[in-house]
Amino acid sequence: MTRAPASFVWAARALHWLMAILIVSMLFIGVGMVASVSERHAWLIAIHKPLGIAILLLAIVRLIVRLRNPPPPLPDDLPAIQKIAAYASHYLLYALMLVIPLVGWAMLSAGGYPVMLSHSLRLPPIFPVSATAFAILRHTHAWLAMLLFLTFLAHLGAALYHGLIRRDGVLSSMTGFGRKPEGNVAEPPPSLPQE
Amino acid sequence: MRTQQSLSAPSLMLRFALIAIVLILIVLTFVYVGGWFAPHRVTAQRMVDQLQTNAGVFSGYRRNHAKGVCVAGYFDSNGQAQAYSLAQVFAPGRTPVVGRFAVPVGNPYAPDSSSPIRSMALRFTQANGQQWRTGMNSMPVFPVTTPQAFFELLQAQQPDPSTHKPDPAKLAAFFAAHPETAAFGAWVKTAKPSASYVTESYWSLNAFVFVDANGVHHAVRWRMVPEASDASTGGSDPNYLDADLAQRLAQGPQRWHLVITLANPGDPTNDATKEWPSDRREVDAGTLVLTSTTPQESGACRDINYDPTVLPHGIEISDDPLLPARSAAYATSYLRRTSEEAHLPGTATPKTSPEAN
Repeated sequence: MTRAPASFVWAARALHWLMAILIVSMLFIGVGMVASVSERHAWLIAIHKPLGIAILLLAIVRLIVRLRNPPPPLPDDLPAIQKIAAYASHYLLYALMLVIPLVGWAMLSAGGYPVMLSHSLRLPPIFPVSATAFAILRHTHAWLAMLLFLTFLAHLGAALYHGLIRRDGVLSSMTGFGRKPEGNVAEPPPSLPQE
Repeated sequence: MRTQQSLSAPSLMLRFALIAIVLILIVLTFVYVGGWFAPHRVTAQRMVDQLQTNAGVFSGYRRNHAKGVCVAGYFDSNGQAQAYSLAQVFAPGRTPVVGRFAVPVGNPYAPDSSSPIRSMALRFTQANGQQWRTGMNSMPVFPVTTPQAFFELLQAQQPDPSTHKPDPAKLAAFFAAHPETAAFGAWVKTAKPSASYVTESYWSLNAFVFVDANGVHHAVRWRMVPEASDASTGGSDPNYLDADLAQRLAQGPQRWHLVITLANPGDPTNDATKEWPSDRREVDAGTLVLTSTTPQESGACRDINYDPTVLPHGIEISDDPLLPARSAAYATSYLRRTSEEAHLPGTATPKTSPEAN
């Protein structure tokens, strides 16, 4: 039996907070750009596409990091229903981080648009040109983004609940601050001196 | 495992309230950014809604320039624009084109004579997969400068429920409040609905920016100048434009010259109501050759959104505020009509006959 880690590994924490910023920005960019008719529309779209691909790549890296470094266990006394909610929402978050950019890419492909990440960098299409598929993918992209926004709200609400109400170390396992020294959790070994 | 002291009841309430406030603030910001809180903000959706209010909803058709026809052909570049833009389309050689001619009406069954304006939309597909999409009109200037003013123009054009025509007083009030419409007003006074798409010139209206191989930016506008100048007669058929086009193409390909106008320093790039002085340097970049036509219901142009901000490396948008608005509104129209094509729930259903409008 491997020992239970106190918190997420450094790479997982870095990826979490970087992607938190990117994904929340992306949700606001997305909802703003489709409504705007101002200059914002042009530059928000110019950010949206490369940022989406960046999130897709980071999500793949993050999935690998997570599979190689299992997250710390949830507190033993967490009610079963909350444990189920925690597991389900994390599966959903990972699925959405991977699927939404792919749906966006497929949607532009189906619409016959060149998928331009910059003035000169073009990604190949990943879906055959089809107006019907475009419409379905375009709506799917938006609804999945709304679902991601709601899941993010639940995630943030739950994190604050753990941090402010339960104060059970779940939030600090990701922030890295105020870690509980007590309990059956092994401290990391002292670092070696420089070689 | 839990070693903390339990929270007092007021402290617990305060902490729950804090969490609620954080979440509510995020939701409110999200709703604000999405424009749901601002019923008077001009959004792409409201712009297209206004077009639908004015003309009705015709399932599967574009919300403006709804009446049109597909064309196909190619562009033969002579290489002369290469000095100003590194876009592959300007290198000497041939680029395939899928295009569309249209009349700027919302009703695809309106007679061709209902507007004096014709439009030409083109999609150039470069060998490197990048595209250049452009939508041009057969007039040198646009009536207004901003999306807000265009939205107000659409509102002024809304048919009165009793007369089914725009209220002349509202239109007069709009034009009085918008002196920038004068140049367009002067053009439209003398404009007659052309009996042929082929004898028209088509202007980019908006300014764009060419980027050359050294990274130097050049503000430009462009237009397509026809080789054909023999007027058609029109006749009694309300769809004379399609018939004329098919007849001319049956006799041979139809040609236009792509003329690029280079701005002088100080020429406005953010005002489509103002022509640049006529002495500006012009470059004939090559020849657009159209060889075939197909009805838009079955042609390749049907599922193309001629968004003028889809540009290859070497062409960029200018600071013209109409360009992002065109992109946003076209995207909204495209989503609505492709959703109708897909028969998605909640979308308009096709009309059973052309008369049922």
